[in-house]
Amino acid sequence: MKFSILVNEGPYTHEASDTAYQFAKAVLAKGHEIFRIFFYHDGVNNATRLTTPPQDDRNIVSRWSKLAQENNLDLVVCVAAAQRRGIVDEGEMKRNGKDATNLAPGFRISGLGQLIEAGIQSDRLVVFGD
Amino acid sequence: MTTKKFMMVNRKAPYGTIYAWEALEVVLIAAAFEQDVSLAFLDDGVYQLKKGHNTKAIETKAFEKTWGALEDYDITKLYVAQESLAERGLTADDLAVPVEVLSRAEIGKLMEEQDVILSF
Repeated sequence: MKFSILVNEGPYTHEASDTAYQFAKAVLAKGHEIFRIFFYHDGVNNATRLTTPPQDDRNIVSRWSKLAQENNLDLVVCVAAAQRRGIVDEGEMKRNGKDATNLAPGFRISGLGQLIEAGIQSDRLVVFGD
Repeated sequence: MTTKKFMMVNRKAPYGTIYAWEALEVVLIAAAFEQDVSLAFLDDGVYQLKKGHNTKAIETKAFEKTWGALEDYDITKLYVAQESLAERGLTADDLAVPVEVLSRAEIGKLMEEQDVILSF
């Protein structure tokens, strides 16, 4: 079956992104396909490479990056939600006159149309949030 | 393009968190993709539709006008949970736009007909 996943909460404060990650791993382990994982609302904060948790804690951001790399996943961060919360890639830095980028490897910034497309293309769109 | 039935489920109050506002952005994009979009308002989400928002003091954008604009996007299916209205002392007359007031059970049946449900 073809799944897409919507992550609506940031890391650490809420367990939603942990649960989404575990769900994504379970989907892949069962041999299903993940069309896209879309990050919205505070979910965009899953995509900052500057996250530095204590060493004995999980690194939620690098965990997403690794999962994407190993499984060739499409991790998409909503551009409008990212702009509000300061998640920046090279293009956004130039476009908005900022002096830094912080988008983690394996993520890309794009529009909400990518979420709607995920809904159209997937058999199931599973939402994680509070 | 494939058309699917998208239902956006609004469960949170209009202010205090950004969910309602960013949900509206999803609604408009889904409409731009010519999907079959409906909105359900449950729990505190019914406050999103209430007449007479004044957000000047909290320095955020008010919703009310945007509901009137939904018709321009061919979004006319607005379902409101009767129990949620009643629990908050509201009726359909308190709302800024015409809606269909349904029981929670009836909205549940509509959910069964959807291809995609996004809850905010």
